[in-house]
Amino acid sequence: MTRAWRILSANPLTLAGVVLVALVVLVALLADLLAPFPTHRGAVVDFVNFNKPPDATFWMGTDLVGRDLFSRILFAYRISLMLGVVVLAIAVPVGVVLGLMAGYLGGWWEFALMRLTDVFLSVPPLVLAMSIMGVLEPTLTNGMLAVTAMWWPWYTRLVYNIVRGEKVEGYVLAAEVIGAGSAHIMFREILPNCLPAIVTKMTLDFGFVILIVSSLSFLGLGVQPPTPDLGSMVAEGARYLPDSWWLAVFPGLAILIAVFGFNLIGDGLRDILGADR
Amino acid sequence: MSVLDINALTLSFRLWSGLVQVLHGISLHIAKGERVALVGESGSGKSVTARIVLGLLQDMPGARIGGAVRFNGRDLAAMTARDRAALRGRDISMIFQDPTSSLNPVYPIASQFREVLARARPGISAAEARSVATELLTEVAIEAPARVLDSYPFQLSGGMNQRVMIAMALANRPALLLADEPGTALDVTVQAQTLELMRALVRGHGTSVLFISHNLGVVREFADRVYVIYRGRIVESGPTAAVFNAPGHAYTRALLAAQPRLTGGGLPRIAERDPAFMDPAVLHAATVDGAVP
Amino acid sequence: MIALRGLGKVFRTGAHQVQALADVTLELTPGECLAVVGESGSGKTTLANLVLGLFPPTTGDILLDGVALPTRRTLLHRRAIQLVQQNPLSALNPRRSVAASLRLALDVHSIGDPASRPAKVRALLADVGLDSGYADRAPAALSGGQRQRVAIARALACDSRLIVLDEPTSALDVLVQAQVLRLLNDLRAARGLTYLFISHDLAVVRNIASRVAVFRQGRMVELANTETVFTAPAHPYTRDLIRAVPVITSAEKTMRDRLGAAP
Repeated sequence: MTRAWRILSANPLTLAGVVLVALVVLVALLADLLAPFPTHRGAVVDFVNFNKPPDATFWMGTDLVGRDLFSRILFAYRISLMLGVVVLAIAVPVGVVLGLMAGYLGGWWEFALMRLTDVFLSVPPLVLAMSIMGVLEPTLTNGMLAVTAMWWPWYTRLVYNIVRGEKVEGYVLAAEVIGAGSAHIMFREILPNCLPAIVTKMTLDFGFVILIVSSLSFLGLGVQPPTPDLGSMVAEGARYLPDSWWLAVFPGLAILIAVFGFNLIGDGLRDILGADR
Repeated sequence: MSVLDINALTLSFRLWSGLVQVLHGISLHIAKGERVALVGESGSGKSVTARIVLGLLQDMPGARIGGAVRFNGRDLAAMTARDRAALRGRDISMIFQDPTSSLNPVYPIASQFREVLARARPGISAAEARSVATELLTEVAIEAPARVLDSYPFQLSGGMNQRVMIAMALANRPALLLADEPGTALDVTVQAQTLELMRALVRGHGTSVLFISHNLGVVREFADRVYVIYRGRIVESGPTAAVFNAPGHAYTRALLAAQPRLTGGGLPRIAERDPAFMDPAVLHAATVDGAVP
Repeated sequence: MIALRGLGKVFRTGAHQVQALADVTLELTPGECLAVVGESGSGKTTLANLVLGLFPPTTGDILLDGVALPTRRTLLHRRAIQLVQQNPLSALNPRRSVAASLRLALDVHSIGDPASRPAKVRALLADVGLDSGYADRAPAALSGGQRQRVAIARALACDSRLIVLDEPTSALDVLVQAQVLRLLNDLRAARGLTYLFISHDLAVVRNIASRVAVFRQGRMVELANTETVFTAPAHPYTRDLIRAVPVITSAEKTMRDRLGAAP
């Protein structure tokens, strides 16, 4: 723990990342308490206060149906983080397991799994998500499915490369000579050595998931109204630039803060977790 | 004037936990044409000493260097980083433990030679570099220099790469050659040939050699004088024969006793640590020709 | 107990073919330390890997108690033959504690009941001269010599009969090497272990092995008692190898010179 603290304090950027992310997480968890207008996350209409610029009551202004933008952004953070967690919770285990198998078992496993991975990776991520959404109904669940489907191959490739290097290390040979089975070697010996890279990537990915979901929502394929999503808010607001600038700028800044924070953390995390060789 | 003069060299590193002292006042001298060995185990400080001579540690943040290191009379600490860098590859060069991994794998030998030769003769043409390189390779007993020049390091054997590395290191006729565990990564027959080659070359060019090793056999056969280093201190020094035949310090005695003999004699029982290892240094008298140990 | 009969291995990469080992026949006596010496390309590493069952031989067999070992080794076979590697840095999983690395063998072969295994781990550490406090440390906190001791303890964990030692002290400092060699010798004598000791260091071999097999380019060119190999080697290559060793005493120099050049 002290080592973690030392690395953080030596690297102000990482510290900044930690602060930003902590803020975002806190805000997402406590949205109900922090939002001045918690009901505005749903289908509320207030045509008296619609399209107002930022003022004392509505800190970031209101949208076209009169909902407080600040409150909606807080709840949007909650949705984004939740999406990130769900997507990664499915994509990472699937990707990691396939990468371990392809890397360690070699032979036909390697061929089949890596070619499958290649197929998924060859389609531009957003296009893949859009195609899946095109086939399915545009609901939030399907949106998450689509993003998960395009996410796992990155972990497979990451883990595959690490495993190929670890496979020739002495401790793997020792385990084989002792008679440990492939499952044990993959999951109990090699996987712990992949964890620093996986965790670092997951941290960076949080930011990316938020971006991708925002992009899908921007295109109308992700989160559906009235659920607040940063991307949809930017999409709606963009049409009214530069007059009702707050409609697009604040959600955009919110995305930026979250993604930036996660990116800053990623490197620091690698240093903290990585160096014990 | 000695080629290398190290006086009371100290080195500390500033770490999170505080100041860690690695060298506690090393003194070492190498005259022209002398072959001097620095013998110690891992962690003794022998490698960092070499780095300081090369001028590589002076610029490292957190490294505190005290004492004096003089190369051909010039104080390294008084030189700028640029001047120290200028010495490398020209007046001071180094060969490393694993020859194949010390050569850049993506360039053929010819271009690596050119880079080395350009240190002393900036702007040297490819053709001229090639002809000089061919001569140098012939000097290290490589029979088909043209083929070697066009090859990549991975296409050559370890022994061949070691010779290439020696040729490159001596290309600009340095006054001082540093050798870090030379031959350790090679087969014993190839190692013997390589050391013999090095001996002939340095004698021919009058190059001084500081070589760092923990292999006592290699030291015995190659070095004129020996400094034994233990945990950042010189514990014994003198002409090789004197130190090996009549070791005065407990640590030297332990090192010699721990080395299994080709003639048999069983496995020695040696303590890994002994308070006597921290005894004051034993400095053997000057050699017959008056060289100072 | 372990016998090699006409053992050979060919490696094929694409159109290329390399005969790494050819026609090796020898028998290990229980309790002996048989050294395998040779330079790069001699096949000594391939020999070790074949004995360990890492890949099948191209020709010949490896016999354990008279029965040929199959390509796919069973747990019992694995238990009989263990390994100590050259590089103590990579031989232990950096992300698992010393105790976990030692327990692996115990768990895989179900040695003793699970409750008694931590005690067995401590006993193994004691056998190699390490205090039980080392059990919970990560390998990064241990020195090279200590790591190698852990690797030795691991090889002893399942009461193997044959231990293959692949340059076990080459990566260690001289003083540490002396300790580890002594430890290996004492263990072998006390437990009646058999060692297949691969090394390029002839001085070490002279003092730890009872018999020496000299390999050159995949073939065994000499197999005799240590004394004979060093005082009256039959094969000129053996002579060349001994003469190339850099030595520190004049007695060794005399011995080397007495061997003379190959006729």
